[in-house]
Amino acid sequence: MNSGWIITAFAVWLAGWGINEALVRVRTKDRVLGTAINVAVPLLFGVTLVVIWEGLVRGFSVPAVLLPAPSVIWARIVASLPNPLWADFQQTFLKSVLIGYAIGCGSAFLVGIAIDRSPFLKRGLLPVGNFVSALPLVGIAPIMVMWFGFDWQSKAAVVVVMTFFPMLVNTVAGLNATGAIEKDLMRTYAAGYWQTLAKLRLPMAWPFIFNALKINSTLALIGAIVAEFFGTPVVGMGFRISAAIGRLQVDMVWAEIAVAAIAGSVFYGVIALIERAVTFWHPSVRGGRTE
Amino acid sequence: MDWVRRSNIVPVGVVVLAIIVLWYAFAIVLNAPWQQSVYARGEIVDVPIGQYLTDLYSQQRPVLPAPHQVATEFWNSVFMADPSTPRSLIFHAWITLSATALGFVFGTVLGIGLAVLIVHNRAMDRSLMPWIIASQTIPVLATAPMIVVVLNSVGLSGLIPKALISTYLSFFPVVVGMVKGFRSPEAIHLDLMRTYNASGAQLFWKLRWPAAVPFLFASMKVGVAASLVGAIVGELPTGAAGGLGSRLLAGSYYGQTTQIWAALLMAAGLSAGLIFLIAAVERFTGRAMGAPA
Repeated sequence: MNSGWIITAFAVWLAGWGINEALVRVRTKDRVLGTAINVAVPLLFGVTLVVIWEGLVRGFSVPAVLLPAPSVIWARIVASLPNPLWADFQQTFLKSVLIGYAIGCGSAFLVGIAIDRSPFLKRGLLPVGNFVSALPLVGIAPIMVMWFGFDWQSKAAVVVVMTFFPMLVNTVAGLNATGAIEKDLMRTYAAGYWQTLAKLRLPMAWPFIFNALKINSTLALIGAIVAEFFGTPVVGMGFRISAAIGRLQVDMVWAEIAVAAIAGSVFYGVIALIERAVTFWHPSVRGGRTE
Repeated sequence: MDWVRRSNIVPVGVVVLAIIVLWYAFAIVLNAPWQQSVYARGEIVDVPIGQYLTDLYSQQRPVLPAPHQVATEFWNSVFMADPSTPRSLIFHAWITLSATALGFVFGTVLGIGLAVLIVHNRAMDRSLMPWIIASQTIPVLATAPMIVVVLNSVGLSGLIPKALISTYLSFFPVVVGMVKGFRSPEAIHLDLMRTYNASGAQLFWKLRWPAAVPFLFASMKVGVAASLVGAIVGELPTGAAGGLGSRLLAGSYYGQTTQIWAALLMAAGLSAGLIFLIAAVERFTGRAMGAPA
């Protein structure tokens, strides 16, 4: 027990809270200052949280097996960045996640466009697709490991299955978002099916499709990591987590989770940026800019 | 017969039928090599096609079990086995269901609580909301083994660790939905409450809460599916302790493919059942609150 740390943590918490309460009350016309406050408030909250974590863990001398302090985790990340962490990242993220994600989303997009032409298939497949996307699909991981072996192919297969249905449902919903008036307008232009698709219906569908892409970015990472719990070569984020927890190296687990969190957030962020560039005309994007 | 044409029964039926036919076809393709090697070892030649298919569809450990094999396994382990023994799927489903339900209740309560804080405090809104959204880009399920093992070492085992994972997965949709819901009353309604001289509590219970109820049910449907996934993955590292997740793991260790598929079928059934249950409560609440049918 070290009361100095606890008091520090408590003081930082009060200070952070006070500053944030003051910051959100600032009324400003200056756009730069407004943005700076918008970024500073959550950042300050995060920093405060980390300091409290560090302070409480040190103050109450929590054993490292239960919860390591952030500084310990950081030291572990720096120390093992080149060796296990980068190799794991390569195996899990660059191979399983990205390949599976591309195949799953790409094929679902094409299938979505194909079944959109047949109202019968659309009525039949949509309820089934909605049902399947609510299922605990990670459960197919052991089956995929049996079929495709221990290496990244089986993880990519799990990712394909998990990302397929959200993408399919959203693509079809997006293609249906075009109103009758716009379609009639395209007709008066004597536009063919493909012209209507490329110039009217796909642009209308982008918000839905990007929604699915964002949902899938998280699902893909989860699928790949969980699939590694069922069998893997001795590399990969999921393997490292289950191996490290077996040896009670909790700091290694946290380091791996930190890498996964950063990878997941960056993946999500990149897709959100592409979305802003593609659907610049959409009210939700325009509203965000002028606010 | 007009309702048949308007409803989705026929198209859905055709699609499901097509899936089953494809499944049988794939089962032939995937299981044939093993069957061939069995015949080669037994030096059996000129097998009639009927006999070949019977053998193919009754393998003990097929690569892809045919639908009827999964159905038989499901029937045997659900209705024929004693529900109090680990041989029964009901036994495992009950363990998973109780963790799911506990985690879901925790997650919903936590989500509503956070949403109330966020709606009533600007500092909370600005500092908490970005982190809640960022927390969902983190593959939370990766922490499942750690949470289970660490909580085990402080003496918490069984239901609670799994329920905590479910909580983490299910609180997010509820927070986002409820924040939207609490903010859904229009300015004109808020103004009306002000002319009634309504207090803060009255404003919350008589306007914000009823307005948020439809949002609550929509997010609960997403949340309950997420908590089931959380509970199943939480069972993976606990091994023999039971539950659908450990059933999946055991099936994968011993190559019992039919057992895996039967457990998956059970999980799918649970998920669909829970969502259906919430939809039923939603309809009932809607009617009690006088919503348009």
